[in-house]
Parts: sequence; structure tokens; C-alpha cells
Amino acid sequence: MAELRRSPNGPADGSADKPGGLGRRRFLGYLVAAPTLAVAVSWAAEATDPQRAYASVPTLPQPEELFDLGDLQNLAAAPTSGLISVQVNTDGTASFAVPRAEVGQGMTTAIAMMVAEEMDLPLEKVSVTLADARPELMMNQLTGGSNSMRSMYVPVRTAAAIARQRLVETAAAQWGVAASGLSTRNGVVTGPGGRTASYGSLTTAAASRQTTAVSATLKSPSTFTILGKPQNRIDAHDIVTGRKKFGMDLQVPNAKPTMVARPPTINGTVVSVNNAAAVRAMPGITDVVAITHGVAVRGDTFGQCIDAIQALDVTWGPGTVDRESDDTVKAKLRAAQVPMTVPPLLSKTIDAEFTFAFASNSPLEPDNAIADVRPDRAEIWASLKVPIVAQEQIAARLGLPVSAVKVHVVEGGGSFGRHLFHDVAAEAAEISQKMGKPVKLSWSRTDNFRQGRTHPMSISRVRVNYALGNVLSYEQRHTSVQTDFGHGLGEMITATAAHLPVGGNLSFAETIFELTQSSPYNFGVTTQVLNEVPLKFNTGSMRNIYSPNVVCAQELVVDQLAAKMGKDPVRFRREFLRDQRLLAVLNKAAEAGNWGKPMPAGTAQGIGLHSEYRGAVAVLAEIDCRPQTVNRPIRGEGVTGPRVTRALVVVDAGFAINPRGLEAQMIGGVQDAIALVLTSSLHVRNGIPLEGSWDNYFYTRQWNSPLDLRVIIMPNTSDTPSGAGELAVAPAVAAIACAYARATGAMPTSFPINHGTLGFEPLPLEPSTPQSPTDGLDHTF
Amino acid sequence: MPSHTFKLNGKQVTVEAENNVRLLWVLRDLLGVTGPKYGCALDVCKACTSHINGKAFNPCSVQVSDIKPTDEITTIEGLPATVGKDLHPMQEAWLDYDVAQCGYCQPGQIMAAVAKVKQARAAGHEVSDADVDELRNICRCGTYTRIREAIKAGARKM
Repeated sequence: MAELRRSPNGPADGSADKPGGLGRRRFLGYLVAAPTLAVAVSWAAEATDPQRAYASVPTLPQPEELFDLGDLQNLAAAPTSGLISVQVNTDGTASFAVPRAEVGQGMTTAIAMMVAEEMDLPLEKVSVTLADARPELMMNQLTGGSNSMRSMYVPVRTAAAIARQRLVETAAAQWGVAASGLSTRNGVVTGPGGRTASYGSLTTAAASRQTTAVSATLKSPSTFTILGKPQNRIDAHDIVTGRKKFGMDLQVPNAKPTMVARPPTINGTVVSVNNAAAVRAMPGITDVVAITHGVAVRGDTFGQCIDAIQALDVTWGPGTVDRESDDTVKAKLRAAQVPMTVPPLLSKTIDAEFTFAFASNSPLEPDNAIADVRPDRAEIWASLKVPIVAQEQIAARLGLPVSAVKVHVVEGGGSFGRHLFHDVAAEAAEISQKMGKPVKLSWSRTDNFRQGRTHPMSISRVRVNYALGNVLSYEQRHTSVQTDFGHGLGEMITATAAHLPVGGNLSFAETIFELTQSSPYNFGVTTQVLNEVPLKFNTGSMRNIYSPNVVCAQELVVDQLAAKMGKDPVRFRREFLRDQRLLAVLNKAAEAGNWGKPMPAGTAQGIGLHSEYRGAVAVLAEIDCRPQTVNRPIRGEGVTGPRVTRALVVVDAGFAINPRGLEAQMIGGVQDAIALVLTSSLHVRNGIPLEGSWDNYFYTRQWNSPLDLRVIIMPNTSDTPSGAGELAVAPAVAAIACAYARATGAMPTSFPINHGTLGFEPLPLEPSTPQSPTDGLDHTF
Repeated sequence: MPSHTFKLNGKQVTVEAENNVRLLWVLRDLLGVTGPKYGCALDVCKACTSHINGKAFNPCSVQVSDIKPTDEITTIEGLPATVGKDLHPMQEAWLDYDVAQCGYCQPGQIMAAVAKVKQARAAGHEVSDADVDELRNICRCGTYTRIREAIKAGARKM
């Protein structure tokens, strides 16, 4: 089941029956006893690529190449995948409740494409909904690690193919002809003499009385008419008309708006509420209760909850990191660095250290959840990527059996790692239980930045020894504040860790690091090691875990090496890359991006490479660091600084399921990278971030976005898709950082580059949510 | 409780609310109009961008008592009717360019785009990259490239 992360010598033409291909094997599924046709699927084992030989000056394969995080998730999901099913309805539509979260990544569109392709059904006749928490699925209900497409591609297609086959067999039986003479198109079976039957008219007869194992052959990619072709999002019309319902838009009877006054430090507690009765008497307010990390208020409108937060007088207890600030955390990380193993030899050495500030993974939709907790049961609505763990833990906290807690997964307005955690849903449940009423909880924007999840600060140290035109050793020591993986991956790891091809007593985080990181260069002795400092910040992944930082450090040092050896950065990479797919995207980017063209002083190109999730990406960025650009004025609060004027992404995604969706993910990855390198970070001061609004936390806005951003999708190199959601961030971060270094003549060592200057006046810590302005009519346009 | 009346998406509405409640909550929590999104309630993220008398504004930062009975409020739900079609040309451009990712910011982006195109025309020019650079609407998915393309395409059909 393990597959090589890279397949440098694998098939370039996507043909079947080669290493990495799916072949024309038959895949197994089940006709499930149901009133209309329903097909459940089993897991199909992936082919294993043969071990490959390495070039001269070899680096031994690192664990990530043998077996990556997605493989681990695939392996953990294998025994239970058979429980997901496609249903054919009497109106001729097909439905699939996908055990994943849709948070903008286009997963539902890609799943619908898989069903439509294998069933010969128009895309608009496929309905994809988000499944409730289903404990029996165990870890097959986790959205993360850019794994959805990789884990669902074969099972969903198998179910759809069996459904189509069953419909054909049913028509054949009704007409008394051989199934081999029938064809399907646009949801209709056509037989001899042109007689036809729609899927809807066949589905009841096609239904099985008992669960039966059957198998079907999947279509050859060469016959695809939907998969691999650009498709628009299936929810686009609902989005542009304002009809798409996000969690924030759901109406549940009597679930009134609820917000929380929060302490002035992370995870602070309530000592006493000094004016609860007065606040309860305010207009529109119905309830005021103290909870674990704040005081909850419920009212007719969120605006009145904000009013109540202004009025609350609370005595706060300490939080979990009250004494920590950027500087103290940095000192702790430095002290925890694992020493290098290769000393400077009779060669030349580059030693470099890079610091990456805390960053927020908050999406645009403020964290929210609806909870209706009764004495004997509870119902939760929230955007959750690991709903099973949420269900189990919320049930335990409420003192209810798991079966009494229903958890609905709702559409999320972004995630970026935030919705791996169910803390907001758990808080809503706590409030509903304490108030004895349904609640619609929303965190405020300021809550999200100050008390939400952060991608923790990290320091990456790199030492390289080189001599006589060769690189003898590459060592990277990544030291980070602990990343919280408490969202359930741990359960999966525990179940499968014994089978991992990595030795020793690796901690969970070290295992994840080993599975996701590896150097793509022939740099001799290569070691990359993670060490974590256990501080009690609220941390989590953020559109990837370690790669944007690790790869940024790596590629900056590669540029330094190239300069020391007197080589052009692209030429140097060509000579040292041991990954043929990366070499291909590098060459394409250099050619299409006109690498090496003359650029004015103060501007430069930069190149960044990264391979992960079995995809390979090169990004070529151009940056303008001239004073007239850096200091360009912008109306209102906000930062400008250097501008990325042009970016080119070249991506090899194995098999690109939906090129238009893939391009969208690449575009988003570049905008994230611009923010991470140049403008966006949290400044932690005395136990809490100072940032409280989008005018403090400078995520990329139009004026910092490149006017020229192009994505080139390479011809498919495989029959199976790579991950895509997080794929572009790391190489884009590296490319922009390298471009900045070349434009300014100085390698940046602290990110984002503007972190040293506080570009805003912090909002007060109390009240924790500021009052809304009233001068909106003065700013119309 | 005070009563407030104004024109919402072509219809006169009356709603009871305290004077200081911001229009966003009147629309979302009391009237059930959820196209304008809550993103910050600080007039920063612009996710709630709607139109008042044809101009872009952010209802999170306007008290309901400051809205006059003659004021015409248009949210994304009422935008197509302003051109007498099922979809406004800007919405069509958004579909043509498959702009949306999660979609949360997009109603606000579209409302801001329509106003920005009109503002540029009132100043005697077509919407330019410099005009688009003035838009403050956050898209945390980072669809800015397609937003920029769609604004120019939508403007050509407006």
C-alpha cells in the first residue's frame, strides 16, 4: 500500500499497467440492500512503485519518500472505506454523502466529477452532500493532509462504476438482451433498436434485496470526458447569488446569537462575573453564564451580544502562557535546538538560521457552531474536518453517550487547518448545556486572532558542507513550539505506527515531520530533524504543517550554495536535483518564466521547488523592492512593502482531476505565500497576540497581489491525483524569499520580513471584542 | 421598541429593533437576509458590502436608526433585479471565471466590484488595475487573480 512519494522514473504518459498506474484491474464493491440502487465500496490496494537507483553522490532515501502522510491516512482508512456509498434516485440523480469537509478546496466538485464520469451521468445530476459524523468510519472521516482526492479517487469511482454496471444489467434483463450490447450516455441506457431507459426508471428494479459483492472495471483515463477536464465549481451559482448557506447562515429554532467575553491572555479563566444581573437586563440579552474560558452572552442579535461584552465586568484568572512573548519563545526554541552531527570539515561550510513568527490560520468566516443540548441528547452543527473525534469528545464533556450526540458537518467559509479542531463546537455545547437553551455561537474576529489557533513560531537551522563542487552534507534542525495534533490523527497513528518504515521511538510530531519532509537534492549526508517545545499556546496546522518554513530555509541556502560555487540558481538545481519530476517543472518554469532576463536594480527573480503529496511544483516569482514600490501609498490602514509583480506556478499533480480547481488552489497558495514572507504574522506580547483585526493581521489584499499570476499544469504523469490544497504554499514561499534576497542583496533570516515593525495600533485587550463603528455612511463609494 | 422602515431589495420593510443595532444584524439576525456576510463587524474585511442608494457601504458599521425610510438598501440577493435580469453581469463574470473558492467573501466582493466600476465611470474612465488595488475586501482563500479578471470582464458587460 505504500507508494513512493516521487516516481522520477515512472510512467510519463499516464498509461495503465505500469508502476504507479491503476491498470485495468477489477475493483470490488457491494450492492447494498435498499429501496433503490445503492452501491458501497471496498478499498483498492494501490500499486507499489519499485525501489529506484540513485544517481552519483547519492543520498539515501528518506522515510518521506518511501511512505508519506497521505499513505498513512490511506492505510488507516482502508478497512472502513467500504461503508461509503453512491445511491441512485428515482428522479435519475445520484447522491453521495461524502465523509469530508468542504471549506473551499473544491472537494465536492471533484467528487461529483468522479461519480458523473463513471456513471455516464451529467455533472448537474450528481448531488454531493457532507456526511454527519459517522463513528463507524473511524479515521476515514478526516479532511487534512491534502489527502481527500488521493483517498477517495478509487473508492468513489468504483461505486459509481458498479452502479452503472448494475443499471445496464437491469435494463438488459428487462429487455431480454445481452448487457454487452447496451450503452450508457447522459443518464440513459440505450439498447438494440434504439430503445432507451433512464437511470431513474431502472433504479428501483436495480435495487438489491441483500448485500452482495460485485466488481467492475474502471474507465481508462483515455476515455474520460469529465475527469481531467476543467469544470467550474458545482456550488458557484449559489455562491454568487448569496444562497450558499454557511454555518453562520443556518437557522435552527431558538438558537439565538451567542458570543463570549474573553480573558486578556490566552486560555485565561473566570474568577468572578461582577455584574451579570445588570448585563442580563440589557436590551435583547437573554442569558449570561460563566464558562471555562470566558463569559457567554446570548441575545436577539450578535450586535447586542457585542454591546453586552462592552458592559461586562469580569475578574480574570491567569492563562496558560501569560509570561510568554515573541522574545521568550524564541529563546526557548534556541535552547531546544538539536545539535548538528557533522562538524565543519576540511571544506567550506554555510551555517544559517531562520525564524518564522507565529501566524494565524483563521479563515474569513468567524468560528461558529450551533448547539442544542438537552438533558438526554445533543445536536451540533459546525464545519468540522474530524467530526468523529468532535462527537466523541463533546459527548464525554456533556456526560452523554456518543450515540446521543448528533454532529452535522456544515459548509465552512475557509479552514486552512482551523476546522481540524472542534473547540468552538465544544464551547457551544458547554454554553447550551449551561443555559439550557439552543445557541448559535460566534467567535468575534478579535477572538479568532487572539484566542484562536496559531501556526507556531519555529526556527530552522541549516548547515551545509561543500567542497570541490560537491555538497557533502545537508543538515536541517527545525525547532518549533509544539503543534497540536490532538484532533485525532493520533488515534490513527497509534493504530498503524508499528508498520511504519521508520525506526525508534519517534513522537507523533516527529513521525509527521519524517513523513512530510525530505530534501530533493543530492547533498550527500542529509538529515532533517524536528524538535518541539511544549508551550501551551493554541496551535495547529496552517495550510500545511512544516513545509513552508522548512522549504523556505532550504531553498535560501541552496541559492547561497549556488552563489558560493559561482553558479546560477536554476543551473545549480538542475545539477543537484535527484527528482526527475521536479527537474521537469523547474525546466518548464525557467523557460516559460524567462528565467535570467535582465531586471532593473532592486527587482529580481527567485525560484522555489517542492515535492509533497506526490505532486511536484516549481514557482518562479518576481519581486519589486525599489523604494517607490515599497513605500507606495494605500488609503486607510494597511501595509504595502515589496510587491510580488509576477508569479508563475508550474505544477505536476500526477493526474489533474479538475485543472480549473487545481489552478485555483495554486493561485491561493501563492497569495498565502506572499503573506507569510512579506506581511502577515502575530506579535505575541505577555501571553496574547496583539493582532485583533484584518487591518492588523496583514493577509494579502489586492494591492499586494501580483498583476501577473500564471499557472501551468504539466501533462499528467500518473493515473492518480496528488494532493493539491496545500501544495503551492511552500515552493511559493521559497521563491518569493529567494527573489527578495536577490533583489536586496541580503538573505532574509526572519519571516515575515516586516515582523520587526509593528504596523498598527493594537486594539485594547478588554473588552475582548471591540464595539462596531457607526460611521459606515461616511465611507460609501 | 423603535420601528424602522426602509426599502430592501425593492420592497419596503419595517422592522423593530433598538436604534443602535447595526444594520448587518438587522438584516441577518432579524430579517434572515444572509447574503451580506459577517466577517469582522469592524468595517475592515468588507464581507458584508452591500449598496445604499447604489453606493457600496458596510452595514456592520451603520446603526439602523441612521437609515432613512427613503433609503434603498440592496444586498447580493437584490443585485440581479437592479438590471432586470436573473443575474447581474458581474455575477455572470464571476461564474465565467469560476472565481469563488469557499465563497464566503464573494457576495461582498461582487457588490464592491459593481460599485467600483460605476465609481470609475463616474470619474470618466473604465475600471483599472489601480482601481482594483483600492478594494479592501479580504479573500482568505486568495482568489484575487480571478477577482481582478472577473471585474474587468464584468465591467465590459455592464
